Amino acid sequence: MVNTKINLCGIEIDNPVIPASGTFGFGYEFAEIYDINCLGTFSFKGTTKDPRFGNPTPRIAECDSGMINAVGLQNPGVEKVISDELPKLKACFNKPVMANVSGFSVEDYAYTVEQLDSQDQIGWFEVNVSCPNVHGGGMSFGTSPEAAAEVTAAVRNVTDKPLFIKLSPNVTDIVAIAKACEAAGADGISMINTMLGMRIDLKTRRPVIANKMGGFSGPAIKPVALRMVYQVYEAVKIPIIGMGGIATAKDVIEMMLAGATAVQVGAQNLVDPFACRDIINDLPSVMKKYGIDDLTSIIGGAH
Amino acid sequence: MTQGLYEIIKNDALTSTVYKMVIKGDTSAITAPGQFVNLKLEGKFLRRPISICDYDDTSITLVYKVVGEGTEQMAEMKAGEVIDVLVGLGNGYSLDKCGEKPLFIGGGVGIPPLYNLCKKLIKAGKTCTVILGFNNADEIFLEDDFKALGANVIVTTVDGSYGTKGFVTDAMKDINYTYFFTCGPMPMFKAIESTAVTSGQYSFEERMGCGFGACMGCSCKTKYGNKRICKDGPVLEREEIIW
Ligand SMILES: Cc1cc2nc3c(=O)[nH]c(=O)nc-3n(C[C@H](O)[C@H](O)[C@H](O)COP(=O)(O)OP(=O)(O)OC[C@H]3O[C@@H](n4cnc5c(N)ncnc54)[C@H](O)[C@@H]3O)c2cc1C
Ligand SMILES: Cc1cc2nc3c(=O)[nH]c(=O)nc-3n(C[C@H](O)[C@H](O)[C@H](O)COP(=O)(O)O)c2cc1C
Ligand code: FES
Repeated sequence: MVNTKINLCGIEIDNPVIPASGTFGFGYEFAEIYDINCLGTFSFKGTTKDPRFGNPTPRIAECDSGMINAVGLQNPGVEKVISDELPKLKACFNKPVMANVSGFSVEDYAYTVEQLDSQDQIGWFEVNVSCPNVHGGGMSFGTSPEAAAEVTAAVRNVTDKPLFIKLSPNVTDIVAIAKACEAAGADGISMINTMLGMRIDLKTRRPVIANKMGGFSGPAIKPVALRMVYQVYEAVKIPIIGMGGIATAKDVIEMMLAGATAVQVGAQNLVDPFACRDIINDLPSVMKKYGIDDLTSIIGGAH
Repeated sequence: MTQGLYEIIKNDALTSTVYKMVIKGDTSAITAPGQFVNLKLEGKFLRRPISICDYDDTSITLVYKVVGEGTEQMAEMKAGEVIDVLVGLGNGYSLDKCGEKPLFIGGGVGIPPLYNLCKKLIKAGKTCTVILGFNNADEIFLEDDFKALGANVIVTTVDGSYGTKGFVTDAMKDINYTYFFTCGPMPMFKAIESTAVTSGQYSFEERMGCGFGACMGCSCKTKYGNKRICKDGPVLEREEIIW
């Protein structure tokens, strides 16, 4: 028997496979087609202080081995997430869930995390710092070590639950940002969010996405994600949740060898709704094939 | 929703750009006409949404137009090949409000999802009138199929090369109907909206990430709140649509 269990900041999870925020809703769409309790956990849709409709459509563009999305953090707002979404989720998922939070000011982040903190269902926070800071000229919090640290410290103040900061890859030095978050009190780093991208329609000669640019993800970004996880693993002591293009059990192992303690699966859920279930089922045989008895033993194994 | 491998039974050209594909497999997830399927194509990351034109216990008929790389690839597929399909997506049309004389208005490749709906309502004893809108005579498809169901069929062509010259709305004016169902391009919807005298249902298209409600890629605002075209739609009621 191989061991797929992982300790993620003090909470043991059955396997390191976690659907990524924004690609799994609040779980119940998937619960209609399989028992999602097989998952390690999952990260729910990015939640903000106020309800958001998000960007105009088209929000989606296909790419070679990936896709661009410009959903714009559509969510019902933290109040409705607590009153409507979490009870529905509880009915189909009996493990602790990861709460993904976004904001447009430091106060927004702290408010939303504080509201969610009292919910027993929530095991971890994953704070997405890829959003524009409305008080900082629209620059993303995740592009400067100081701004990322400021968000981390503010959120750290309002929760004792394990706190992951989710980093943007659209930066020159992701290591400096990861270190700043660690120093400000983060318990872990989640990486990577989507890469800024664009597609242009040859017939209309205009960008496909109404917002023009959007977040590129899927198998095409896996090499970038691996490289960044590898670099950050060398620089921080806290655990990393690695993501970007994960689609198979082999990808999970590759990402863990780069330094990830757990992995998330994003875009693949959209084109193959059974992706996470299938990856979890495939893991033991792929582990055997590569001589792995215990997944924990391979974390950072490529260093 | 179910996922499965479906065998292609037929894949024939109806016009120079429109094809009819029949696939064989489990259809138990289909709950209403107007739902759609999402097809995985070799080498394409996203699936392709196509309406269910007709179905029975073991097969699904799709009618699609070649507009880009994915549909071009579909047109080249042969009987016997196998295709990965998500089945039973979307809400579909609801049949219970249509009165005795429903009108069906289809524009171009918006026509297919109306076929099984019309079949069901004719079986239910309704007097069905169908307006099929095309640009010209060469583009016409499914006219005979609707006639064979027993519907009263009117074809309009923009250039007048067949049937009534003009747009679907030019034909609508003379018809006495109790309700309407439509699918087609946005300019046609806007013309219908200013012509129609009863309630009705519109079926919308949007670029999709997943097709089953998970990604929020296809959202729109309605008078009843935000909806996802893929899950809460593609069919919306006239009363809720914000134009
Ligand atoms: C609910 C629904 C039902 C549909 N039913 C039918 C049908 O019965 N018959 C038919 O011919 N067509 C139908 N369409 C449109 C069909 O999905 C597109 O024509 C097809 O996806 C084009 O793929 P492509 O690779 O050939 O084009 P490309 O332009 O190369 O596709 C690139 C990307 O854009 C997407 N895309 C392009 N056009 C559309 C469009 N109009 N709507 C949604 N996504 C699009 C593709 O899916 C793909 O992800 C339907 C669309 C929706 C949303
Ligand atoms: C449609 C879509 C919506 C997303 N929404 C969010 C979000 O709300 N919050 C967030 O932190 N990341 C969001 N992401 C990013 C993913 O969680 C993930 O970091 C990224 O897609 C990389 O993984 P992948 O290559 O497996 O897709 C979204 C991604 C997609 C494709
Ligand atoms: S396409 Fe994903 S929610 Fe509609």
